[in-house]
Formats: sequence, C-alpha cells, structure tokens
Amino acid sequence: MSGRVGALVRKETRHILRDPGTLGALLALPIFLLAMFGWAISLDVDHVPLMVSDLDLSAESRAFAAALFSSGRFERVPDGDADAALDSGAAAAALEIPRGFAKSLGRGETASVQVLVDGSDAVRAATIVGYVDGIVLRYGSDRIRLESAREGASLIAGLDARPRVLFNQELRSVQNLVPGLIAIIVIISAVISTSLAVVREKELGSMEQLVVSPIVSWELIVGKTLPYAVIGLVSAALVLGTGALLFGLAVKGSILALTAMTILFVFACLALGILISTIAPTQQIAFLASAMLTLVPTFVLSGFVFPIRNMPIVIQAIAWLFPTKYYVEILQALLVKGVGLGSYWPSALALLCYALVAAALASARFARSRGR
Amino acid sequence: MNAIEVESLVKRFGSFVAVDGISFSVPEGSVFGLLGANGAGKSTAIRMLCGLLEPSAGRARVAGYDVSLESEAVKRSIGYMSQRFSLYDDLAVVENMRFFAGLYGIGKRRAEAEIDRVLGLTGLSGREDSLAGELPVGFKQRLALGCALLHAPRVLFLDEPTAGVDPLARRRFWDIIYSVAESGSTVLVTTHYLDEAEYCATVTLMHAGRIVAMGSPAGLKAERFPLAMVELDCESPAEALAALSADNRVAEASLFGSRIHAAVEPGLAGQDGGVGIVLSALSAKGLAARSAASIPPSLEDVFIRVISESAKETTS
Repeated sequence: MSGRVGALVRKETRHILRDPGTLGALLALPIFLLAMFGWAISLDVDHVPLMVSDLDLSAESRAFAAALFSSGRFERVPDGDADAALDSGAAAAALEIPRGFAKSLGRGETASVQVLVDGSDAVRAATIVGYVDGIVLRYGSDRIRLESAREGASLIAGLDARPRVLFNQELRSVQNLVPGLIAIIVIISAVISTSLAVVREKELGSMEQLVVSPIVSWELIVGKTLPYAVIGLVSAALVLGTGALLFGLAVKGSILALTAMTILFVFACLALGILISTIAPTQQIAFLASAMLTLVPTFVLSGFVFPIRNMPIVIQAIAWLFPTKYYVEILQALLVKGVGLGSYWPSALALLCYALVAAALASARFARSRGR
Repeated sequence: MNAIEVESLVKRFGSFVAVDGISFSVPEGSVFGLLGANGAGKSTAIRMLCGLLEPSAGRARVAGYDVSLESEAVKRSIGYMSQRFSLYDDLAVVENMRFFAGLYGIGKRRAEAEIDRVLGLTGLSGREDSLAGELPVGFKQRLALGCALLHAPRVLFLDEPTAGVDPLARRRFWDIIYSVAESGSTVLVTTHYLDEAEYCATVTLMHAGRIVAMGSPAGLKAERFPLAMVELDCESPAEALAALSADNRVAEASLFGSRIHAAVEPGLAGQDGGVGIVLSALSAKGLAARSAASIPPSLEDVFIRVISESAKETTS
C-alpha cells in the first residue's frame, strides 16, 4: 500500500471514529432491521381468524372443519354474522358448510362449501385461499366444490396435487429476508457512505487540496472507499451472525464463495458510489441519488419483498439494471439452497460485468471531474 | 531563473473568456501579487497554474515544468491554499498536518520534523491537539498555510489567503509569507486588499481577464499615476465631489470612505502639491474643506485610474 493511500485510509478512519453516531448506525442498523423483519414484520400468514358456520351439523361437516383447524394456520372465531365479522376484521375468512353437505357426499355428488375471504390484503388473501385449497385437497374430497366468493375465483377440487416445498421447507420469510437485508446493509455502507464521503470533500473544498497534491485517482478512490468496504463487510457478517443466533439461520453453501461474492458486490457498490459522487454536487443530492438508485430498487426490485417473477416484463427489465438482483440471487443460492457455482454462475457473471463497467465509468468520470 | 513563466494564457468557459491572454514571469524567491476585483480572473489564473484547470490556450511553466504536460511534477513542487478554509474540522491540528505530510509521501520520521518546523513557523506550537474546527479564523488560516508548506514547496500559491481575517492577523500572516520567501520559495498571492499589495515585490492588476498594470508598487505609482494627489475632508463629500469633478483644473476626483482624493496635473500643482487649486475649485462653488493635504498616491489611487482608463478604451 502506498504511503498516500495509507494516509487517506487513516484520515478517513479518524473521520468515521470521530462520528460515533454514523458508525453506530452503520453497525446497529443491520441488526435492528433483521430483528424488525424477523420478528415484527413477519410475512408469514399465521393464526388466521376463521369463522365456521356449520349449517349441516353432521359428522362429515365437523370432520371437515376439524381438518381446517388441525393445520394450525387457523384460529376459530365464535360463530355469528359472517359479513359483520369480515367487515370489522374479527374474521379474515368465513366458511359456510350448507345444509345437505353430508347427504351430497353420501350420494357421491360434489358438495359445495362457501369460503369468504377478506381481500383487502391481497397477498394475505391469496395465501389463505391457498391454505384452504390445500386442506380441501388433503381432505380427500374430490367432490367438494369450493367457492371463494370475494376472490371471484372458483376452484374446482378435482386434482390430487401434492406440492412439496424445497429448500426453505418451513417457508419462513426470515430465510428470504436475510439475503435482501445483507444486500441493503452493504449498499448503505458502500454506496451511500462512499458517495457522501467523497461529495463531503467537494463541498468542504478539500477536494481541491487533494487534487493539487501528487495523489493519483486510483489512490484517492482506494483510500476513500477502503474503510467503508470494511464496514460493509463487517455489517454483512453481523447480519449473518445475528441471523444464526436469533433465528437459527445457517449458511448452507460455501462460506468462501459467500465471502468472494460479497466482496465482488461491495466492489460494484463502491464503484457505483464513486460514480454518483462525480455527478452529485451536494451531499443531499448524493444521498437522494444513492437511495433512489440503490435502496429503493433493492427493496422493490431485488425480489427481497416482492417476487420479480410476478412483475410486468418492463419492471423486470429495470430490475436487471441494478446489481442487487444478481447478488440476492447468489445469496439465495448460497444461504438457502446451498448449491455450488454451477447453479448461480449467470448471476455471478452478471455481477462481475456490472462491477467492471461501473468501475470503468467511475474512474473515467472521476478523473475528468478532477479537471484532468 | 524564473519560478513561474506564463505566456498568453487563456481560459474560456463556453463563450465567456475568464482569462484573456495573460503573460508574466516571477523570479525565484520573490513575492508576486495578483490583484483585481472579484471576477477579474485571478482565481482562474491561479487554478490553471496549480493544475486544477486545463488552459484553453497558451503556456505556463511552474518550477520549470509545463503545467499541461508535466502536471505530476508540478504538483510535487507546489503548495496551494484555496480561498475557502478547506481542512478537516473534526481532526486535530497535528492530525491535519500528518494527513497532508502523508499525501505528499513524506516518511514518518521526516514528517514529524517538518511538522515541528511548520508549527513553529506558523505559531501553532502548543495548539497541536486542538481540533481545527475550534480554532479562531486567523489560526485556521495559518494552519491551512502550514499544511501547504510541509513538503517545502518551491512555489506557493495562495488564493485570497487573508479573506475575512482581522488586520492584526493579516499582518502576522504576511510575516510568515516573507519568511517563506526568504527561505527561497516563490510566493504567488492573490488578494483584493490593496494594502497587502504594498508588501509584494511585484504586483499585477487584472481586470476583465487581462493584465492592465504590472510592476513594483513604487514603480507603478510613479509610472501610472503622474499626478499630484490631494486628500480632502469635507462637510458634504457628495457635493464637494460634484464640484471637483465639474472643475477642469482637477484631473480626477473620487471618494475614499468619507474623504475625497483629488488629482491635479503636475504642471498645475505648483509648490503646494495642488492643494491651492483644489481648494479654489471648492470655493468657486461656495464649499470649503475641513482639511486638505498633499499625499503620495496609494496603490488604490493607481488602480482606480488604470481601470477607468482601460474601461474608457474598451467602450471607445
């Protein structure tokens, strides 16, 4: 390491240490986000309040209702006015078993039950319909006709589907959150902090002082970004450690590959941060640009919260422009699936290309913005 | 040998010509002042010489190196202090200095010796551990100068280093500039304080991107201000100024604070240095002066005359 890079790294580290608020935020934020997403904002749908109106009062109808509750997904709400319970939110779903249910089954006909689902939360509603559908199938009654009135979809139970979930057997959303969370943490410390740190020098006027010194572009870039790269990696490790400790998450793939891929992603993020800093004149603009270009797409487009597959093709195309998508795919492969490079190499290659292009653009623009 | 040589240097920003073909040279070890109003092109000129801006045309050599072709060699040979205080407020005095020493590739042991030398030179000894942000303005300015001096630059560029500093601190700052020049470095300083210009070996006045006057302060006064100067203190300066401007025996008159400077052609001035003529011009309009004295012209008088002359040239 050249003496000039060392001097810059020491100076930058001092800035970070002199400002415990920022450092604390960079290190505490990941743990806070993980705890928040892991506990408070569980995307799993559980304890669905379900009202059962059994008008048939037969052994068959009781057995069917019991099958629903034995799944553990539903909680019984006392019988009453189904519409009022759905309106007030006391029940998220209401099942009506009509009179003649047992008789129809006995005659070998298709029996119908009505399920009303509160569709105000579409994701939750779809999940509930999925649960009911699955239980109906498992109940073994290929003659039960299910009408989910509010969803407007009528499902004909004539199939014997046996879905089996791979990789994340319990379908726990915290498993899905950790990859996205690691990406967000790295982005905050690598893209946002870096662009702010460089733009701060421009605002302060000290950038001129650096430019008239013999330091060259790459030394300046390395010296400015190295401390933030370290913070990014430490934060990523903290998220993994906290995930293991609090939620029992284990890295299923190779730790070495995970480290290598994270370093590659950090590199792409630093390049992006430098690129933003060459365009943004003030720290506010740098922050906004970094957030708009990285944080928002990460939340929305990386498949972190909303699956990309379900998005319109235009939105999917936009997701391909941001490196987070590739990194999250790699993380899912390494953390959740535990597969090798053979499975995720397209994402790794895309990330590598992204990093190289961003770095080339950043150093070209950086050299130009220095007036040379 | 000249430490700085500038030949027909031009800087254009779009259609605006900030620096319009300036040429000058600065001998080694001297203090060279670049003067002019805001927007005259001083900062643009200094920024081209430091390698912060690429010249549009012309050539410049600093410490023997071409600023366009050998910018890395130029950077190693110069120190630069910009208009704005641009050090790190959250770092201590000595931490700022260590950073700049590292930036110039000075090894640890030599750096400590250089820092001691500069602390002594700038009078910052005993303040090593103060945070830069907590220093008074005058000390901040000296710290910025100190950071630019650690690598013992052959040429030092100071862009309005004393802006916003009280007169006593300015005087102290100029003492440091002198000792830097005495040790053999060349100093190019821009300022709009004309009293500071008197401290320079050579002063250059820039106006609208061009050099309109250049020479030693004494030489400029003799060459560019061949008039006798009278300073007046009047009851109503505005009326007095109008009266003097209307009188054709008075070459020019201008307001200096609450006083008036009136200039008279040396042929007319006579023994009393023009005082009699000026007073009679006032009494012709029924006015009088509380006091009137013959004074040597200041650089400010010279520059007002030079700039109004060049303004006349450009309009005609």
